[in-house]
Amino acid sequence: MQSLTPLLLVITGLAVAGYFIAKSRAMKVAGGDIRTLVSLPRQHALNTVLSTSVPALAAILLISLYLRLTGGQGSWFFGFVVIGLAVTGFATSLIGIKQDRRARTLAERWILGLLIFASTIAIMTTVGIVFSMLFETYNFFGQYDWRNFFFSTTWSPNFRGNSDLGILPLLWGTLYISFIALAFAVPIGLFAAIYLSEYAGPRMRSVAKPAIEVLAGIPTIVYGLFALFIVGPALRDYFAEPMGLGQSASSVMTAGLVMGIMLIPFVSSLSDDIINAVPQSMRDGSLGLGATKSETIRQVVIPAALPGVIGAVLLAASRAIGETMIVVLGAGAAARLSLNPFEAMTTVTVKIVSQLTGDTDFASPETLVAFALGLTLFVITLGLNVFALFIVRRYREQYE
Amino acid sequence: MQDNKITARNVQVYYGDNQAIKDVNVDIADKTVTAFIGPSGCGKSTFLRCLNRMNDTIDICRVEGDIRIDGEDIYDPKVDPVQLRAKVGMVFQKPNPFPKSIYDNVAYGPKIHGLARNKAELDEIVEKSLRKAALWNEAKDRLAAPGTGLSGGQQQRLCIARAIATSPEVLLMDEPCSALDPIATAQVEELIDELRQSFSVVIVTHSMQQAARVSQKTAFFHLGNLVEYDETDKIFTNPEDPRTESYISGRIG
Ligand SMILES: Nc1ncnc2c1ncn2[C@@H]1O[C@H](COP(=O)(O)OP(=O)(O)OP(=O)(O)O)[C@@H](O)[C@H]1O
Ligand SMILES: [Mg+2]
Repeated sequence: MQSLTPLLLVITGLAVAGYFIAKSRAMKVAGGDIRTLVSLPRQHALNTVLSTSVPALAAILLISLYLRLTGGQGSWFFGFVVIGLAVTGFATSLIGIKQDRRARTLAERWILGLLIFASTIAIMTTVGIVFSMLFETYNFFGQYDWRNFFFSTTWSPNFRGNSDLGILPLLWGTLYISFIALAFAVPIGLFAAIYLSEYAGPRMRSVAKPAIEVLAGIPTIVYGLFALFIVGPALRDYFAEPMGLGQSASSVMTAGLVMGIMLIPFVSSLSDDIINAVPQSMRDGSLGLGATKSETIRQVVIPAALPGVIGAVLLAASRAIGETMIVVLGAGAAARLSLNPFEAMTTVTVKIVSQLTGDTDFASPETLVAFALGLTLFVITLGLNVFALFIVRRYREQYE
Repeated sequence: MQDNKITARNVQVYYGDNQAIKDVNVDIADKTVTAFIGPSGCGKSTFLRCLNRMNDTIDICRVEGDIRIDGEDIYDPKVDPVQLRAKVGMVFQKPNPFPKSIYDNVAYGPKIHGLARNKAELDEIVEKSLRKAALWNEAKDRLAAPGTGLSGGQQQRLCIARAIATSPEVLLMDEPCSALDPIATAQVEELIDELRQSFSVVIVTHSMQQAARVSQKTAFFHLGNLVEYDETDKIFTNPEDPRTESYISGRIG
């Protein structure tokens, strides 16, 4: 619909006018004494604004969606429906202003509708994304055997039509790098959180906490550069070559370490909030029994905060699994199944990018595989999130 | 019979610039029950927390004066507050069970201080403590259930069991019965009476009847001052200070 702007203007105009008219009408109905009204003038005004705009805006969205799906053209008819809805809402709510009208509860109903509408949009978007991925993945499996996709250990796409598109080496790279990143970030982040919440004084805390959180604001491409130019060569020169483990600066270890640095603030900041939420009375109870500070932390505070900490770790894990930039620059683009952490490997996300860049033909298995890869990744992160929720729910009622 | 277990001299406690305890002097006898009474906010909990240095955990809190247990200055830099708290147990005003099983709540102190040589001994300590705290019958079939799943009154008795499991020499109880029904209260009072055989007990309470029933000595606090400290009978029948008189007859508070 090209004529969206005038429609929106009309709705806004009606709503604004409705606001003032409703207010003065309510005053008039009240005969100057607003105590005779069941609802206050501003509640009538709110009701008018909402009943004018909510159905009309909802109609605009639904119609746009319908037109997109059917590929139809906008016509004057739809504009007419929208304006009609707005005017109907405007008129009925204004005419309805009486002394005993409960505009306050009516407005409540519009607000509920608005909230439900907003959450529906969020859910529908997710569903839409999943469906489009499912659809393309289905196309992919029409052209490429799913057993080869899930169980083949080689990844070597080419454009001659005999590509090997096994996900295993990519999945291995993803999990290996994520594992190293978490092995690095979780202890450091957790210890930093414990220091900040239990030991640091208020002044130290006010400096250190934002300083750690700065790490979360660095763009991942900058981390990637750091991996490429500093961490990678250093690891090669000081560890890999002396130990005879390889000559590559791009390696699982490089990407894992740098990704770990990126994840520290995720773990520490969330864990810090969670540890702070453990009631002081719990610590007092332990200290009062003659436990030391670190015994108290290990045996009371951390167990009480555990569900939240696990939630934080799983969130960091989802970040690690979805990360792309650091891997491209840090770990390289070679799909490989190997245990040597100083070897270059690659991940699912990197391969999604490389399959879709350059000259692509959206019908070949070499590009459609990106959707299958994306869907697999999505299922993994979804599983992690569900698991995190489960853990958090299960242990939540443990303290009040 | 009366050796002094705790002697406090010229104790002042400040929260920031706010003085919560003003020049308190008190001698607490061994193997007796001492009750602290007084209107809300008068500093009973604050003073109680000085006796096991729990006030150390509050940044803005400052304690001055001289407090000795068995003649040893507990605020001496050589004294380890951790050791002190093992000796001076505490039951807090609000029940604060750990998010662990009932068994682990009670076993917490004994495990930390190595009081049991093996599992059987630990089981015994746990059972004995729960029995003393009048919780054994309700808890014996659910020792593995979380302590936080108990009712408020049961939680408070769990905290009492937890405190006595470390066999302290002094037990500080801050309104231990405020969440308990009359039966559990009677059981706890019985326990306090029994504990008196071996330890000294200091109990904060808002119930005059309870103070009269369980204690031998009573201290009346008002606005951070220790107004009167004497034999319980004397305080309740023939108080010296007019403020004590009006508090126990219900006019201040
Ligand atoms: N953590 C704290 N920070 C600042 N001030 C405090 C703190 N704890 C207690 N106070 C203040 O110290 C005074 C004494 O408090 P305290 O808790 O000792 O009273 P109480 O006699 O135990 O009262 P109640 O019978 O209500 O438990 C009060 O004025 C209170 O506001
Ligand atoms: Mg108190």
